[in-house]
Amino acid sequence: MAQSNNSIKKILTVAFALCIVCSVIVSTAAVALRPQQQLNQELDRKSNILAVADLYQEGVDIEATYGEKITPRVVELETGEYSDEYDPQTFNSFEAAKDPAQSRTLSGEKDIAGLSRQENYSTVYLVGDPDDPDQIILPVRGQGLWGLMRGYLSVQGDGNTIEGITFYSHGETPGLGGEVDNPSWKAQWDGKEVFADADSVQPAISLVKGGASGENEVDALSGASLTSKGVTNLVQFWLSPEGFGEYLAKFRAEVSPQNVETASPETDETEGA
Amino acid sequence: MSEPTPKGVLTTPIFKNNPIALQILGICSALAVTSSMSVSLVMTIAVIFVTAFSNLFVSLIRHHIPSSIRIIVQMTIIASLVIVVDQILKAYAYEMSKQLSVFVGLIITNCIVMGRAEGFAMQNSPKLSFLDGVGNGLGYGFILMTVSFFRELFGSGSVFGVTVLETVQNGGWYVPNGLLLLPPSAFFIIGLIIWVLRSLNPEQVEENEFKMKANTEPKEAV
Repeated sequence: MAQSNNSIKKILTVAFALCIVCSVIVSTAAVALRPQQQLNQELDRKSNILAVADLYQEGVDIEATYGEKITPRVVELETGEYSDEYDPQTFNSFEAAKDPAQSRTLSGEKDIAGLSRQENYSTVYLVGDPDDPDQIILPVRGQGLWGLMRGYLSVQGDGNTIEGITFYSHGETPGLGGEVDNPSWKAQWDGKEVFADADSVQPAISLVKGGASGENEVDALSGASLTSKGVTNLVQFWLSPEGFGEYLAKFRAEVSPQNVETASPETDETEGA
Repeated sequence: MSEPTPKGVLTTPIFKNNPIALQILGICSALAVTSSMSVSLVMTIAVIFVTAFSNLFVSLIRHHIPSSIRIIVQMTIIASLVIVVDQILKAYAYEMSKQLSVFVGLIITNCIVMGRAEGFAMQNSPKLSFLDGVGNGLGYGFILMTVSFFRELFGSGSVFGVTVLETVQNGGWYVPNGLLLLPPSAFFIIGLIIWVLRSLNPEQVEENEFKMKANTEPKEAV
């Protein structure tokens, strides 16, 4: 029997039959489960968007809340104008960043977030009335210590005050850089201001060691200098004119300087607390 | 070794012949996925499923597997099962599959699965092989759950995500041990488990392969 098992004919038959059976099983599983998987990914993305907008609570109906509160729009980064060229529901900025026709290369000093390629169009998520949003949620990403960190940054309707930040995928060291997920660290971002004054185009917001003071400073993560630097870089990159700066400028222009002034005492209070 | 019995193949791998503690197989994933208990539990279930069914299928066709391609045949069966598990997790336990990330895929390379398929299922009946797979999965799971219990309790102050020791970061008193969140800490815990198991079952202790000769004579050292 061992003899017949080792004949070339038998080997080929067994190999062929096994491959057919296994590939049928694997492809059946993949095809049958795909709709459910896509649903999960979609739900995960939406729950992250809701979380950064502070609209997410345990047990909330993600689909319904998202549909009611959030409007995605595609923005051309260079001009800061909304674009109707792509459907915001299906446009994938990560795919776009890989496609030479839809992206540009970044290098040297411009590429502080370590992206090497950046998409020309990106999706923003508007909370509330799309024409006068309460919050603008921007997708951000950049290199941390160990790899790319991806997240969302929520800016209030004035284009300057930060509402929140969240990272949905990163590979930072648990307990050190991984503390970017810590709710009490994330809570600090609430009320911070991106720009030092109304005229500046380069964002001033940064992570500082040894106790943050002022409206543009957030406490760095202790024991994680490089992760903190990565967070500073990616936030500064995406809020600069290279990223969403031009787009945010439109919201900042709408707000008169007086309004910005009245907003600041409020942020001082949150710092004290 | 005596003839394997259904009860024997199911229970011996848990303490007496534990795949991790005695055979030192499957250490890689035991380091990687044990920082939280719920993740370890899902990993355990996935490994039990894969070892049990790969043993079953290998055993079912064992009389037809040409010996020259038997390893690749086993690998194909294991890999298919792992992909199916991965797909199911992505569909029905998305959060878990995100945390387990590549480690579900790496079950393919887990020596326990391959070792049992080659070492047991190729010689035994489908029923026994299936139980042997379940038993070895349980043995793997036993170590995983023990390691993750200590890592999660002392590293994050919780058990199955439920806070037991209120950590300083959340306003409590417990300063978590960051080392326990990192993979190397699992080495220490697995080492201690092996120590305990071998103290309880001294027959597990291996003979020394050689005896170290004293470096110096007592007289010379003076």
